Amino acid sequence: MQGANILLEPGVFPRLLQGLWVTVWIAAVSVGLSIPVGLITGWLMTLKNPIIRFIMRFYLDFIRIMPQLALLFIAFYGIARMSNWNLDATGACVLVFVLWGGAELGDLVRGALQSIPQIQYETAYMLGMSNWQSFVHVILPQAVRRLLPGAVNLSTRIVKTTSLAVLLGVVEVIKVGQQIIDANRFQYPTGTLWVYGVIFVMYFIVCWPLSLVAHALEKRWAND
Amino acid sequence: MFDWSFVSKYAPFFVNGAWMTLFISVFGIALAILTGLVCAGIETAKIPVLKQITSVYIEISRNTPLLVQLYFLYFGLPKIGFVWDAETCAIIGLGFLGGSYMAEAMRAGLQSVPQIQRENAYMLGFSKWQTLTRVVVPQAVGISMPGVVANVIFLIKESSVVSAIALADVMYMAKDLMGMYYNTYESLFMLIVTYLIILLPISILGTWLERRFDYARR
Repeated sequence: MQGANILLEPGVFPRLLQGLWVTVWIAAVSVGLSIPVGLITGWLMTLKNPIIRFIMRFYLDFIRIMPQLALLFIAFYGIARMSNWNLDATGACVLVFVLWGGAELGDLVRGALQSIPQIQYETAYMLGMSNWQSFVHVILPQAVRRLLPGAVNLSTRIVKTTSLAVLLGVVEVIKVGQQIIDANRFQYPTGTLWVYGVIFVMYFIVCWPLSLVAHALEKRWAND
Repeated sequence: MFDWSFVSKYAPFFVNGAWMTLFISVFGIALAILTGLVCAGIETAKIPVLKQITSVYIEISRNTPLLVQLYFLYFGLPKIGFVWDAETCAIIGLGFLGGSYMAEAMRAGLQSVPQIQRENAYMLGFSKWQTLTRVVVPQAVGISMPGVVANVIFLIKESSVVSAIALADVMYMAKDLMGMYYNTYESLFMLIVTYLIILLPISILGTWLERRFDYARR
């Protein structure tokens, strides 16, 4: 049990929290940027133009079938090789998470928009609403309710996937944990268990509230 | 620019990597399905105490990343005497992660069968076991199937993370070749192709299975 004392060493906990902040920052920026990308892709997916449909289908299917780690490798190593753009590891992570989050969110947006019966659009016209008015006052409020639980769930998935950033060399919470373990290897041989244990709990503390919110929203709007 | 001889020379690496990915995935998914069945059974039967344990497990497993679970299993636990090899670790990790996802999918299926059908079955003289196997499960399977199939694909994709505990799967091969020879394009190309070869047939098979078991709408 005395391995647990590694957590009480000066600087250990603050450093882990700093690492966690990097993780949360990457996730937050990715979620933030995924929203506009997802709204646009979702709208593009509802269009009837066959070329756009095909491109969107390909984009969504490719992103979905590839493991996120493979996408990260493609972005990090492939782009650097292909162009002279030296995208750093954090940038590669954000890029992949935005493309992935955008595709998944886009699919949710498409589902939400298409779940609203055509007759509502027609009724809104009949009541004299403009295109824009019917979208903002009739379609959007309903679509958001169908969209939001899934979108919150998606953000927990993005937070969890942020852990892969360590494999590209981003200094986030896991990397900081590894540094602490290595620096204290002789003093605290069993420190590994405790540091990884704390990181485990940290991820849980970040993701769990989001899951609870998603669940609550799902329940609340289930019968709308 | 693109070196085909490199591809043909190192393609066998990726075949080996694919076997490792499949080996870990198959056992991991089997463990996940087993865990899922047990958990869904406990939740549907509402067994006290066990039910609470199950829901704690599901929350923990769903809200932590596989990489952290693996590091904890592989690097952390040996410090207090639980030493396992990387394969076992990967399979347990995948089973631990997947168990909760499978449980949710299966529970949704079991709960979709209305209570009145069970009551009717009892009234017709079915035993509990008969009700379960003849009435509830056949309907639940159809409802659960899309979720289960999605989870299978999800878990195969997640298995790419096991390269982080030095298991020579597809991901590991790509990383290794890029590190040794700097043939980035060829390695990434083989990486993409190998994953497509593994995942596309499973995805197509999954769609077929979903239709096959969709008794309600067939």
